[in-house]
Amino acid sequence: MTEIYELGIAAIRSGVADGEFTATEVAETFISRVSAAKELNAFLVETPEHALAAAEATDKAKAAGETLGKMAGVPIGMKDLFCTEGVTTTAASLILDGFVPQYESTVSANLFAAGAGMLGKLNMDQFAMGSSNETSAFGNVISPWRRNDGGNTDLAPGGSSGGSAVVVSARIAPAATGTDTGGSIRQPAAFVGITGFKPTYGRCSRWGTIAFASSLDQAGPMAHDTRDCAIMLGAMAGFDPKDSTSLELPVPDWEAALNSDLQGKKVGIPKEYRVDNMPAEIDALWQQGIQWLKDAGATIVDVSLPHTRYALPAYYIIAPAEASSNLARYDGVRYGLRDLPDGAGLQDMYAATREAGFGPEVKRRIMIGTYVLSAGYYDAYYTQAQKVRTLIAQDFDNAWSQCDLLLTPTAPSAAFGLGEKSDDPLAMYLNDVFTVPSSLAGLPAMSVPAGLDGQGLPLGLQIIGKALDEQSVFNAGLALEERAGFVAKPGQWW
Amino acid sequence: MTESKYLIQGATGDWEVVIGLEVHAQITSNAKLFSGASTEFGAEPNTQVSLVDAAMPGMLPTLNGECVRQAVRTGLAINAQINKYSRFDRKNYFYADLPQGYQISQLYHPIVGEGVIQISLDEKDPDAHGKAIGVERIHIEQDAGKLMHDQHPTMSYVDLNRCGVALMEIVSMPDMASPKEAAAYVRKLRSILRYVGSCDGNMEQGSMRADVNVSVRKPGDELGIRTETKNVNSMRFIQQVIEYEAQRQVDVIEDGGTIVQETRLFDTDKGVTRSMRSKEDAHDYRYFPDPDLLPLELEDDFIFDCKASLPELPDEKRARYKNVLGLSAYNAAVLTAEHETARWFEELLETSEAPEKIASTAANWLTSELFGALNKMGVGIEESPVSPAQAAELLGLVADGTISGKIAKQVFEIMLESGEGAAKIVEEQGLKQESDTGAIEKVIADVMAANEDKVSEYRGGKDKLFGFFVGQTMKAMQGKANPQVVNELLKKVLG
Repeated sequence: MTEIYELGIAAIRSGVADGEFTATEVAETFISRVSAAKELNAFLVETPEHALAAAEATDKAKAAGETLGKMAGVPIGMKDLFCTEGVTTTAASLILDGFVPQYESTVSANLFAAGAGMLGKLNMDQFAMGSSNETSAFGNVISPWRRNDGGNTDLAPGGSSGGSAVVVSARIAPAATGTDTGGSIRQPAAFVGITGFKPTYGRCSRWGTIAFASSLDQAGPMAHDTRDCAIMLGAMAGFDPKDSTSLELPVPDWEAALNSDLQGKKVGIPKEYRVDNMPAEIDALWQQGIQWLKDAGATIVDVSLPHTRYALPAYYIIAPAEASSNLARYDGVRYGLRDLPDGAGLQDMYAATREAGFGPEVKRRIMIGTYVLSAGYYDAYYTQAQKVRTLIAQDFDNAWSQCDLLLTPTAPSAAFGLGEKSDDPLAMYLNDVFTVPSSLAGLPAMSVPAGLDGQGLPLGLQIIGKALDEQSVFNAGLALEERAGFVAKPGQWW
Repeated sequence: MTESKYLIQGATGDWEVVIGLEVHAQITSNAKLFSGASTEFGAEPNTQVSLVDAAMPGMLPTLNGECVRQAVRTGLAINAQINKYSRFDRKNYFYADLPQGYQISQLYHPIVGEGVIQISLDEKDPDAHGKAIGVERIHIEQDAGKLMHDQHPTMSYVDLNRCGVALMEIVSMPDMASPKEAAAYVRKLRSILRYVGSCDGNMEQGSMRADVNVSVRKPGDELGIRTETKNVNSMRFIQQVIEYEAQRQVDVIEDGGTIVQETRLFDTDKGVTRSMRSKEDAHDYRYFPDPDLLPLELEDDFIFDCKASLPELPDEKRARYKNVLGLSAYNAAVLTAEHETARWFEELLETSEAPEKIASTAANWLTSELFGALNKMGVGIEESPVSPAQAAELLGLVADGTISGKIAKQVFEIMLESGEGAAKIVEEQGLKQESDTGAIEKVIADVMAANEDKVSEYRGGKDKLFGFFVGQTMKAMQGKANPQVVNELLKKVLG
């Protein structure tokens, strides 16, 4: 029989509903998996009591014959970017040292209302800035995957939602929340062989989620497969009057409408995503993906997104610009770290606190953002980047006249070794090359695990859809998943 | 206006002063601009602070529609362009009274564009001495908190109650040329805001304050370099700042120096302005559109409803008082300057079936008797111990001859003290005017009998003695005789 910890959301939900096991048994199983996996450094805070309480509530509700929520009995991991009431929340930064929110983020509250429990707060790149988890102030998460070459190089789990990716991949949690600003759900999902979904901008409320770049940040699910992502996103999303950018639209029942028959769907293959130095294995997998979608009934068309190459530079202006302003509130005055040297005045306190509290990558982005917004540079950088953003969105709009979906690789490489890129910010930023354009355009996109490279490391394919058309993205994801038959799992060495 | 042109006499000749004002007016609203926290004045420190105001991690602003409505109504009241598309920008700077590290304001796309405010320099004849002052824009923005430096020997405390309160920044054109014009502008703006109900105009509580931009130039020259004196919070201080700054600038230039574009602060104790920071160390605010808020787009219906909700404004009202009610230009101006006064006056008129008939009398009484009494008591009209209905009753007694104007003053004083109604006082104290000819004739006969010599002198041609007989008669009747009746009867009897 399959172990409980091997199960995803849908299987746990039906197992609990059918009485195969109790929610409490599920919670206890994963709690012990969490305690046994400390070596991976995935959790910043463990909250077994929360997972157990939610499980007990589910078991009680079931005994009473009540209708169970979409996520009833499913204990999840929570990225530490979500403020959780009464539970330390730091965004993996020292500047929020000891910060315990008195409020629950809308996304976590929605998940709890749907019956989910929380196993703990997950490690991540500091303030979601990073692609390898190495910017966490609390040490990086280590990928459970190892290269085939016999070396024991610790691999990057991807980022920024690295902790989320790892706990799902290593079956420490059946699912986890992620957030995606320029690829922070999709790239780590690809690196560890799981499914990650970034919805249309505005589907999930940003209220209570620590802001990185407000116009780009979106929460989304990270789970075993497409169905689990559809279930979980259904529980996370919804209009929130507390977030002015939240979409006032009903949440479709994506799970119920899942259908891998792509007859009548046109899938575009953007030629600009064929970048220099892309490993042949990734290109081959992309071609394989095209064939799978054809097999599923889709028509394949070649499309052009001519401004793609400007997306990354524009992103690395807009996101730091917003971040430089969003992170101004961490000043040592009201919460978190305060460094007040003897005899210091207000400005000295700001300087000392922010010097001690922010990691190098966060400081780099604050400085970039401050620079591009400053007088005399604003038009050359920020205004220009906004124009590029508009052109990128137009590229997609033009593509939609030819197709319904786009298929691309998720990342330009498989997981790299920890430390291999940490000295080269630009090389690190290039990880986002395929994920950033859809973030700038606010479009739904997902990464589906589709194969392994020569070192036995997972590779992902990305599907990008029209705004609000999550359903088509899910359906194409399901079609790929059924044909890829991705079952590889990391060996348990921790 | 040429006769009263404000000029600074310098060693090198006359200098003109150019003034522009940025008035920050707190929008009347129960809740803050982007959070639900209360805006009530005078609460204990940090008791009106939401998670948003304190800039807790992950908190987001949501726009308070009432503040938008009030800004649009204000714009309409000064005949300004209402921008159907406006947007919020972040103004970034670090300070302890600004938890977010940025103020949400509207730099690039303000909600209200150009408008105009008509000021008058002569209360007695506003139309003859008017001037139109341009308003460049009105935008809405958040207020900051307050630092308290006197609570601890080495630390400063922060009170965030004001933090996030909605302000309108009303930016004038550099159209004012004297302290008097600036004061007239602020007075008129305040009056309009209070009519509209978009700001209580309370300068002592900080609901209204001005940044005063001043420059000087020789007549006919280009605009000079200006200084901006921040946060001036009374009409008197605004005038002092202008007088001081204009003279200081003339002195600097005539001594061979140049004016630096800078921000200055007003020292209210010493009556001088001081440099706060120059343009070189001015903040780089790194304005950019706030990504947490969508652009604000207004529908025609909304703007129409805002317009429909406006009351009669001071200029229209003043014209009506003059043209329809027949008031003097002065009375019309005085009665319409403050919304409360006009409301009081109109309530008084409402008690009459023919308001036009009593309007002038009522206006005269209000501007002399009532204002005199309130001034003495040091209270505003909204705290008047005598209500409009009570005043109408008093004026009614004069109009129908029950009491004389002179007795009315006496009755009014009793009303102020006792709060009793006029009729009741007149009745109880026997102040009713005597118009019964029989009674008066009897007194006149007594007066003539007692002053036979004077009667013959009068009849002999000494006309001036008529007043003597009136006085004697009134005296004998303790002032309660109807003076008109007394006159008529005396004329008849004396021949």
